[in-house]
Amino acid sequence: MVTFNKKKFRFSDWLAEKVIKAVAFLSIAVVILIFIFVFREAFPIFKMDKKEAASTETLVQESYGGLGTDNSTVKSADNQVDNSNRKQTNDEKPSSSLLSKTWMPVSDNPRYGLWPLFLGTLKVTLIALLFATPISILAAIYTSMFAKPGIREIIKPVIELLAGFPSVVIGFFALMVMATVLQNIFGYASRLNAFVGGIAMGLAAIPIIYTLTEDALTAIPKTFIEASLGLGASLRQTAFYVVLPAAVPGIFAAVVLGLGRIFGETMIALMATGNAAMISMNPFDSVRTLSATIGAEMAEVVFGDIHYNVLFLIGSLLFIFTFALNALAEFYFKNLVVRKYQSKK
Amino acid sequence: MNDIKVKVKDLSLRYGTNLALKKISMDIPEKMVTAFIGPSGCGKSTFLRTLNRMNDLIDNVAIEGEVFIDNINIYDKNIDVVNLRKKVGMIFQKSNPFAKSVYDNIAFGPRINGISHKSNLDEIVERSLKQAAIWDEVKDRLFHSALSLSGGQQQRICIARSLAVNPEILLMDEPASALDPISTAKIEELIHELKKEYTIIIVTHNMQQAARTSDLTALFYLGDLIEMNKTEIIFSNPAKKQTEDYISGRFG
Repeated sequence: MVTFNKKKFRFSDWLAEKVIKAVAFLSIAVVILIFIFVFREAFPIFKMDKKEAASTETLVQESYGGLGTDNSTVKSADNQVDNSNRKQTNDEKPSSSLLSKTWMPVSDNPRYGLWPLFLGTLKVTLIALLFATPISILAAIYTSMFAKPGIREIIKPVIELLAGFPSVVIGFFALMVMATVLQNIFGYASRLNAFVGGIAMGLAAIPIIYTLTEDALTAIPKTFIEASLGLGASLRQTAFYVVLPAAVPGIFAAVVLGLGRIFGETMIALMATGNAAMISMNPFDSVRTLSATIGAEMAEVVFGDIHYNVLFLIGSLLFIFTFALNALAEFYFKNLVVRKYQSKK
Repeated sequence: MNDIKVKVKDLSLRYGTNLALKKISMDIPEKMVTAFIGPSGCGKSTFLRTLNRMNDLIDNVAIEGEVFIDNINIYDKNIDVVNLRKKVGMIFQKSNPFAKSVYDNIAFGPRINGISHKSNLDEIVERSLKQAAIWDEVKDRLFHSALSLSGGQQQRICIARSLAVNPEILLMDEPASALDPISTAKIEELIHELKKEYTIIIVTHNMQQAARTSDLTALFYLGDLIEMNKTEIIFSNPAKKQTEDYISGRFG
């Protein structure tokens, strides 16, 4: 007979619950740890400001003798040069050079101006979005509203398959094929540039924007579509005047998530954008993006150097930015659709 | 009896292999209310949706037979379905106003037909809302969201929205089944008013509603049209045993 007057301890249930809980919290812990690590490594930049400024003074006061003690084998002439360079370095504090217009981290007079990187990232992101958004949205409208089920069953998975493409493959394709083809069409000077990189990144973002837009469009209650068609609206009018406006918040979320993907994309940027950190408004000039900078330079940087810290600063900026974008998409736009249509019967 | 507006001849409909309507034939008179009754799944809603080709939207539907509206077969190859649906409006079981203002809901139909002049739209909106007997309730809230209205008001907004495109026939698929008795009474009153100008076909679960509102009643059962006649005859002296059983609540 089953008795239930006494609580029974079930070990496997207890264990399973604890394990699942631990795994869930572990993933959160990992995110937080990455967060802390990245920020901790970036932080010295701002602290160094004062220290470095202070050491400038001491250096001047102590004149040239003191530094030679570190490597006593260095000849005095070299020492001289070394010191003059260092003095120049110290003239520009690392944090003030962050806002300068040149990114030259390994020159004798290193400057860590982030503007060209920001501008480069912005340019590529904009081009990628301008390319990917209309294509994705139109494709989503087609498969959700117009396509016969058979065709839909083909197109939807094929576009989504693009999401599974390793970005290095897209980058390689952009580097070898698209760069040449696009150059032949548009006839610009540098083969690898923001335009090529933007289009390639757009390819990477299309599946994300497409899938989420498709979801948003199919989430619009069928009753709306029936109401519209019942009023004698054509399928096109229904799609563009009823379904699309109703799905706008969801589509916005899709675009924002696509933006996050483009923003953080490294491999394609590294391979297809030319990696020249310069300030220019021309979309056909080479650019260097924030993420590509980390990708290209992190392996060669001196551990603990200003350059190292600046790369981590870039990492934190990317982190904050994509985090903000995803949070916006997740908590604001997604709920907007739900609130609008699911709360009312 | 008025002139015949809709004439259905041997209409059969299949969902895949499932025969949902079996050779239905009937005549529906103009400017009268015709009610379809029957138990759930008997095919009455499906049949209603064949009259403005709403079933075209569903995959795997095969339709045989003919439906004539004003002597034109709407299943003819050359039929413009978009214009057909302007002529044959539809009200759904669940009120489905767009997530727009009351005004924009009513103006949607005229706008897609190319009417953009504000004074014309204003006039149509006012006329339609008055016809749907909801003007007094919403005239101060025209630019509020239609979703902020009560269920019964929303349903009358939907009726007004249909009227705004000047249909001749109104198909109503259980228009009051989700409403409270007071809202239901308002809709029924409205149906009574509207039949002066429109041919109304209503599907209902509620036999009292059919008895109250309709001039003709048709009983469906398992895809067959069992009996169709004047409502008072159906409810007082039906020709078939099955009809009598259903009316008296012995099955269904």
